[in-house]
Parts: sequence; structure tokens; C-alpha cells
Amino acid sequence: MNWLNINKNDRNLLIGFIVVVLLGPLIMEPIGGGYPDLLQKFAIFGIFAIGFNILFGLTGYLSFGHAAFLGIGSYTAVWSFKLLTMNVIPAIILATLLGGFFALIIGFIALRRSGIYFSILTLAFAQMSYNLAYSVLTPITNGETGLQLRLHDARVVDGLFGVERTAGLPNTELFGLAMSGWNGYYFCGFLAIVGFFISLRIFRSPFGLMLRAVKSNQHRLSYTGLNTRPYTLAAFVISGMYAGLAGGLLAVTDPLAGAERMQWTASGEVVLMTIFGGAGTLLGPVIGSAVIKYFENIFSSFNEGILLNAFSFLPEGLQQAFAWTVGLFVGEGWHLTLGLLFMFIVIFLPGGLMEGATRIKSLFQSSTKGSPPIQKDLPVEKS
Amino acid sequence: MDAFILQVLNGLDKGGAYALIALGLTLVFGTLGVVNFAHGALFMLGAFCAVIVKKVLTLERVELDPTQLTAWGSPVEIRTHYIEEWFGDFGTLLIDFSVPASIFLAIPIMLILGIVMERGLIRHFYKRPHADQILVTFGLAIVIQEIVKAQFGANPIPQATPEMFSGSADIGVLMGFAQNTVVYPWWRIIYLIFAGVILSSVFAFLQFTTFGMVVRAGMADRETVGLLGIDIDRKFTIVFGLAAVVAGVAGVMYTPILAPDYHIGMDFLVLSFVVVVVGGMGSLGGAVAAGFLLGILQSFASMNEVKSLLPGIDQVIIYLIAVVVLLVRPRGLMGRKGVMED
Repeated sequence: MNWLNINKNDRNLLIGFIVVVLLGPLIMEPIGGGYPDLLQKFAIFGIFAIGFNILFGLTGYLSFGHAAFLGIGSYTAVWSFKLLTMNVIPAIILATLLGGFFALIIGFIALRRSGIYFSILTLAFAQMSYNLAYSVLTPITNGETGLQLRLHDARVVDGLFGVERTAGLPNTELFGLAMSGWNGYYFCGFLAIVGFFISLRIFRSPFGLMLRAVKSNQHRLSYTGLNTRPYTLAAFVISGMYAGLAGGLLAVTDPLAGAERMQWTASGEVVLMTIFGGAGTLLGPVIGSAVIKYFENIFSSFNEGILLNAFSFLPEGLQQAFAWTVGLFVGEGWHLTLGLLFMFIVIFLPGGLMEGATRIKSLFQSSTKGSPPIQKDLPVEKS
Repeated sequence: MDAFILQVLNGLDKGGAYALIALGLTLVFGTLGVVNFAHGALFMLGAFCAVIVKKVLTLERVELDPTQLTAWGSPVEIRTHYIEEWFGDFGTLLIDFSVPASIFLAIPIMLILGIVMERGLIRHFYKRPHADQILVTFGLAIVIQEIVKAQFGANPIPQATPEMFSGSADIGVLMGFAQNTVVYPWWRIIYLIFAGVILSSVFAFLQFTTFGMVVRAGMADRETVGLLGIDIDRKFTIVFGLAAVVAGVAGVMYTPILAPDYHIGMDFLVLSFVVVVVGGMGSLGGAVAAGFLLGILQSFASMNEVKSLLPGIDQVIIYLIAVVVLLVRPRGLMGRKGVMED
């Protein structure tokens, strides 16, 4: 694997990642997650978070508007299905490119400012796109209903190759391979691996080093006579492309796109995933998004009946009380748990799960070997 | 001309709400240096104080009257509000005025909440990066929002305007226009006056009292004030409580205009942040001016004439202005130098 030009640790990490993606169904089976819909989400939001991490984790610029690119990716992909072909390749390529293009425009303006101003500017742009998608852009976005496939869509390329029209709505496909079920998962998984590899290369490259330098002290970097804007802009565009790709994949697995994907709460979600796993680390965002999506899936499926069942060993009064208390945190109340978890992480583990893992590791090492504690990484954010 | 004035008036009451929230945000930012994403949640909690008061006041006793039957043949239910039973006409009046009366509940509750929030959570984040502050308060906002949702449901809960103010004022007549050209609901006038009173009393408090003077000194140079032997942290805690009260009462009084639901705070917060940034981070006057300015511009943008010229402008005007202002005047309209510049 020398041609990949990466060191041994990274190679192991990459191989480990590939193995986990390939064996995903087997690994998730025992804990009730071994079905394609959920695993697809892991892969897609993993891609989204990996991309966000390249911006936030490396440069420290906290964008609150990344969902806009996700939404743009989805809309592009669905339009590609409607106008060109049901093949997913053009759809995701276009989604990625368009995501990057919009990131270039927005980044060009927003990156003139840093810190909280940057956050607010990106938030403003995302809200603007969301509001426009809901109102004037209805011919393109189909407003509240969301953009969907129709029977009489043009599909020019499919027409040229003489693909027969099916009676119902066509499925997304990769040269005849239907992109549903496990096929869909492995397609997303493959792209997640590619995305992870690219992010790994960026982390280890001089470019990545430059981005880290931006985070630790942008002023000093400018004093050395270096213009940091092209670097941050490149990072912003790359993360926008990741977001566009993730949006395109969302449309691949389920060909419809709605404006709510662009709302700022969706941007908040990816921030959350990245922080939760550990911003600035390679694996953190992937783990964060998988854990959050997994628990979202598990927790929101609970309802009162299940809870009453679970506490049925208790006396009646207690059973009700317990079920009610737990009910606050699951099902509809899943977001409450998420918020609490999020606060907990930010307060006690600013480095996310990855920092937790490091701390536990150092705890064991210092107790067994008496080695000095691992030097704590600097906080990932800009001050 | 009359349409013009009407739009200005329409913008003013929305601007009033923006200004009140933005004022609190700026106060907290200027004193504690914390970017508080949970401020919108405080506005929402204030609004729900009004909901609670209304609920408590309208607690009722249900009696069945077997002598009278409804169309379905069941006995007629006679509902009496306890409060009317106990206080008679005063009780009826109290129910009618439940929204303004809620202020008396909202002030102590918001003050305590604000102080608890500052002492319990925000205090630990002074030295942390701004991104951490944003994130933790964002998490807190989600938590508050979800608790309210679990308690009150997801649907908006409309609140009635007091009978006395439910109509509209034909204020065009006062300015010499024909009748019914400039009609403006009474409650919005009340809200506007209310916002003005709150804003000016906060400014007066900061400007003319010793406490306010110390706070202003602390905003300018916290360390020196501390060296003079003043426990500036305690004063700033109270300022945080004050900001919470301002947001809370703004929420209470806004309920008849917009029925509160659990995400009303977030909706206003995003806009208020834009307002703060446009006004200039850390400038109280800027926040208020920008609040009214953006409120008015938003209402102009939603005029049909403007919309037909530039479709969709009403949806994006505020954000567009924020973008332009930040690029042309990076510190905002009245921003001071050295605030939030790393």
C-alpha cells in the first residue's frame, strides 16, 4: 500500500475503517441496527460530518449553515433524476459540484469575517436559502411539498439509451443495479470510505497543517506574510462538497428533497455530531454521527406501551411513574436527551468521545505503568 | 403616504420585540463576554409565563345541572371559574387582563432563572472559547425548548388581548388622513409603548444609578473595577438576571400578537442575533436602533409593491442586510473597536 503514501498507523486506521464499513451489517446486527436504512444514514451523515470536520476541526471556523449545502445537494440530485437519468453517478457528481459551487460563493463572502461573525453570516446565508426554497424558488424546489419524482419526467439520457419506462415510479440505479436495500448501503459505504481517505490525506498534508495553523493563531500566520484566505476558502469549499455529496446520497436512497433539510436546526445537528465524536480528530465525526443516528433510531421508537412493558416487574404505581419519567427522554422527547447529552459533552468532554477514549486509555496506562499522563490536546476551537 | 406610515407602524412593534431581545443579548455579551444562544429560550419562557397564568386563573369547577338538559339529553355542565367565585367582578377583570398580569409572575421567575442559569452554567464558561459558549447555550436552549414542548405540547397556544384593547385605533385621523386608512391594533400600540418604557428604563438604570455606573465601568475594564474592590462578578450576575427579565417580559407581552409555541424563542433568536451583529456587538444603542430598523425594513419588504418588484425579498431582507452591513462596516453600525476581534 506504499503507493498511497501513508504511514503505518494511518494505514491500519484506514483498513480498520474499511473492514467496519464492509462488516457493518454483521456488527450492528446484535444491537438491533442491522438493516440498510439505518446503516445508510450512518454512512451519509458520516460523510457530512467528515466534511464539516475539515472546516471546523482543522480551521476552527464554526459554520452554522452547512445544512444549506446538504439541501442543495439533495435538490440537485433529484433534478438529475428527473431530467437526466435514474443512474446515480451523474446525480452525486452534480450534487457534489453544485454544493462546492455554492460553498465557493458563500465562503467567499462569509470568510471575510471570523469568530462569531462568521457563524452568524453562515447562519444568515443558510436561513436565506431555506426561506427562498420555501417561497420564491417553489418552481425549482416545489416548496412545502418537497421535490419528488414524477411519471412524466423527461429523463433525457435514459431516453437516449432506450431505457424502458416502468409502470410505476422508477428506482434509482447504478447501471442496472437498484440502489435500494444493501446495494444502497454499500454504495454509500464505498463513498464514505473514499471520503474518509481524502480527509485522512488532507489531515496529513501540508495543506492540513496550514489549516491547523489557521486555527491556532491566524494573526501570527498573517504576520509571516501569508494570505490565509485561500486556505480557509479551500477548506470551506471542500466541506461544502462533502455536504453536497451527503445531500445527493440522501436523495439516492430516497429520491425526494424538502426545504426542511436546509433549516438551521439541521446545521446544528452536524455541529453536534462532530463535537460529540470529537472535532479535529479523524474518526470522531464518523463515530459521533453513527452514535447519534443509532440512538435517535432506538430512542425515538420507544412509546408508552413499550415502556410500561419494560417496567412491568414493578408495582403498578411505580410502573406508571417510571414509564412517565423515562418517557420524557425517549420517543418524542428524544431531542431532550440529545440536548442534555450535548451539554454534558461540551461541559465535561470538550474533545468529544475521542477525548474520553484517550482519557480512559491514559488512566489505565498511568495506573499500570506509571507513565506520565498523555499531554492533553489543545482545545480545538478558536478563542 | 398612508401606506408608508402603516408599514412603519407595523415594523415598529416587531422591531420592539427584536430590540428587547437584542438588548438583553448585548447586555450579556458586553458584561460577561458570553454569546448566549439560550436567550431566545428565555423569551419563550416569558411567553409561557403568560400561558401558565391564564391556565391558573381559568381553573374552573364543573357542576352538573340535572334540571336542564342539552340537545343530547345529558345534563348541562355549569362551569364556574374559581377566581370569579372568590373575587366576583375583580376576578373577571383579572382573567381578562391575564396577559399584563402575567408580568408580575414573569419578573421574579425570570430573575431567578437568569441568576440560576448564570451561576450554575454560564459562569463556568467565561474562560472557554466562544465556540464552546455557543455550543453549550445552544444545548441548553434545546433542553428548555423540549421541556416546554413536553409540558405544553407542540401547538401554539393563543392568548387573548384584554377586551379593552382588542379593537383597532384609527390613528390616521389624528394625522389628518381620511378615516380607516391607517388602522392599527390597540395592543400593538401598547406593546410599542411598553417596549419604549422598558428600553428607556434599562438605559436610565445603567446611566443614572450607581449600580449602572459600576456595570458600565466593568464593561469598559473589568479588571480595574475588580482591583478597586468591587465584586464585579456579582453585579454581572444581576445584569444577566436583568437581561433575562427583559427577554421574559418581552415574551409575555408579545403573546397576544403571536401565539406562543415551543420554538418561538429560536425563531426570534436567530433574527435577534442578526440584529445584534448589524447593530454592532457590544453596543446597546446599536442593538436597539438595529432592532427597530430591521423590523421596519422587514415590514416594507412585505409590501405587495415591493414583492412584485423583487420576489421573495420579504423572506431574506434581514439576512441580506446583515451580509451587506458586515461586509461594508465589519463592526456593525455602532460597533466599538476591539469587541469580539479575537
